[in-house]
Amino acid sequence: MDPILLARIQFGANISFHILFPTITIALGWALVFFKLRYRATQDLKWMDVYHFWVKIFALSFALGVVSGITMSFQFGTNWPGFMERVGNVAGPLLAYEVLTAFFLEAVFLGIMLFGFRKVPGWVHTLATVLVAGATTLSAFWIIVLNSWMHTPAGFEIRNGVVHATNWMEIIFNPSMPYRLTHMLLASGLTTAFLIAGLSAYRWLRDDRSPAVLAALRFGVGCAAILIPLQIFVGDMHGLNTLEHQPQKVAAMEGNWETGPAKPLILFALPDEATRSNRFEIGIPYGASLVLKHDPQGVVPGLNDFEGRHPPVAPVFFAFRIMIGVGLLMLAVSWVAAWWLWRRGDPHPWLARALVGMTFSGWLATLAGWYVTEIGRQPWLVTGVLRTSEAVSAVPAAMIAATLAAYLVVYVLLLAAYVATLFLLARKGAKPQSIETGPTTHPNAFVAAE
Amino acid sequence: MFDDPAVWLPVAFAALMGLSILIYVILDGYDLGVGILFPIARAEERDRMVASIGPFWDANETWLVLAVGLLLVAFPVAHGAILSALYLPVTVMLIALIMRGVAFEFRAKAEAGWKPTWDRVFFAGSLLTALSQGYMLGLYVMGLDRSLATVGFGLVTAVCVAAGYTLMGATWLIIKTDGDLQRRAVRRARVALVLTMIGFAVISVVTPLVSARIFDRWFSLPEFLFLSPLPLMALVLATVVWVVLANQPHARDRFAWVPFAGSAGIFTLAFFGLAYSFYPFIVPDRLTIYAAASAPESLIIILVGALVVVPVIVAYSAFSYWVFRGKATDLRYD
Repeated sequence: MDPILLARIQFGANISFHILFPTITIALGWALVFFKLRYRATQDLKWMDVYHFWVKIFALSFALGVVSGITMSFQFGTNWPGFMERVGNVAGPLLAYEVLTAFFLEAVFLGIMLFGFRKVPGWVHTLATVLVAGATTLSAFWIIVLNSWMHTPAGFEIRNGVVHATNWMEIIFNPSMPYRLTHMLLASGLTTAFLIAGLSAYRWLRDDRSPAVLAALRFGVGCAAILIPLQIFVGDMHGLNTLEHQPQKVAAMEGNWETGPAKPLILFALPDEATRSNRFEIGIPYGASLVLKHDPQGVVPGLNDFEGRHPPVAPVFFAFRIMIGVGLLMLAVSWVAAWWLWRRGDPHPWLARALVGMTFSGWLATLAGWYVTEIGRQPWLVTGVLRTSEAVSAVPAAMIAATLAAYLVVYVLLLAAYVATLFLLARKGAKPQSIETGPTTHPNAFVAAE
Repeated sequence: MFDDPAVWLPVAFAALMGLSILIYVILDGYDLGVGILFPIARAEERDRMVASIGPFWDANETWLVLAVGLLLVAFPVAHGAILSALYLPVTVMLIALIMRGVAFEFRAKAEAGWKPTWDRVFFAGSLLTALSQGYMLGLYVMGLDRSLATVGFGLVTAVCVAAGYTLMGATWLIIKTDGDLQRRAVRRARVALVLTMIGFAVISVVTPLVSARIFDRWFSLPEFLFLSPLPLMALVLATVVWVVLANQPHARDRFAWVPFAGSAGIFTLAFFGLAYSFYPFIVPDRLTIYAAASAPESLIIILVGALVVVPVIVAYSAFSYWVFRGKATDLRYD
């Protein structure tokens, strides 16, 4: 098999597995801060129950994110040695600042957050929770800066084939960074909101109807209902930014071959790169011109302008439709659920089942979105600067294939264990006092009991 | 000579990277060692062992990310060359680290019937991590060549490093536990100390024989006079640890910290010996830190950040160790 493709599949598998967990912990960290602050403001113990249930899921997700992230720091060099050799002068400082400012902060204060509840004053524990949430967000900031720079590089010059930084403000605030960062943080918020709503609905269906479960359910549904329209708006702006800087990616997303005016919005098609056309196309007339140019006669770029320099069309085309489809489903479910909870107070069983079904919808949309943007950047690793084929390593294909198989086995097992454990924790949560790890009465009861 | 950033920056980054590796080996060394010692504990004692490292392991492992990160950003060519040559043991280590890291969480949260399985995963992950790191050390000392002899040497160093981590783990448990578990930790510490010292002796004898350059560096005057205190001090430290271990566990835990500190000291001396032997090479006998370094303007930016942030990291890490001082209690997430 082609070593470039193998190296990409391996790196893609590892980064896809990794991204699942930060996507949860970035927003869940802030949700935990919110639960703690609600408790401090209201003295209502249900908020501590919510906190203690979700901090366990945070700990589990965080551990999976940390260990899968370590793999990444090694594979930058083993799979893409050309990447660091050519653009290391930009990528290096950004990665170093992520480790220095974010990784240690979150790791150390996570220890205090998870195990220090009885060992430090309440305000120190809340501060530790804020620092962990802040550090996960900071970590997302640095890595999104680097990723955005790979899409829309700025602030550099090339000397002897090597990229040298000339303006760090331009590098950090490169053209696609603000859109990508907002889009990703909202994706994290939505993933966590549907996770919280889904597991709470699962507990509700299993007759665990404590105030804490209802509070978490309302919190999850409320966040989802607020965040999804924001995400659709930001996603549209991100798309327009991509149209400006990477038109070939948008052409692949739209499945549009010929540049021209009055282009339809294609709902479904089978893009065929051999004949450079679509089969079974179903579209809305003038749709693409309206969406991308806000004008029914707007001229939309087509793939044939970029022959030999555009990404593989089918994966980008379909991943984009999966992301949009899941997004629209999120809009429908969260708004119906929010309306119902607002009018009736508690969920209808069918609504609860729908929310359980949507528990991991954020993962699906996030992965599909990342595939759109990352495959959409091909054949470039750094747009216009470095081709993916120039960065590939000399490690033999057989070696990559063997280790890829090992990683895949591990990831499938761990994913199964993770999902099973989440639902197990939800079932255990139904029985107060049964968990060895969290207080269900007053948090100070432990101090009294000692 | 040190007016030129192209000269002193690579040295500064090699020093920073070396420091990260040393801190990693000592810190993750003790928590991996605790994992390797899992079989000596009864099921209920294991929760206390995990509780003694639970708040720290994640930060400890971050020093590895920093070390590899510094190698990646400061010496990108060396990162590719070293890690590609060690591709298989690196993969084994990464998968072992993954399994050990998730076992922390799963053993406490998964279905009760699965706990013994996750305990075994925790033990196996810890042991495999130590063995693969030791194997990589051996291959690195051998100049990253793979032959029957170098692989054999790598297997020897694999056992030595695992023994060294066991020593760190056992001496950590002497500080953090009491009763029967502490007594067993003392016994394991003695065995591990002997194995560790044999390992260091073997590496010290073989290293100069592999490389003529290192041989000259060790056995020419006046370098020999600077170098000879290292093994002598290591022997003194090992003797002190041995004597103190003979009086452990002590009823009021007098000197209970000495074996851990002494073992960390032995690791530090061994580290300086290796660093001295290989400087200025980063890929043994092939690539120097000067040839492998990134552009000075980017390194300066990282260095400034590191000089500001690393003291802060040390400060809040110290705070965390202060918060969790004293004997480990049962594992609880509250």
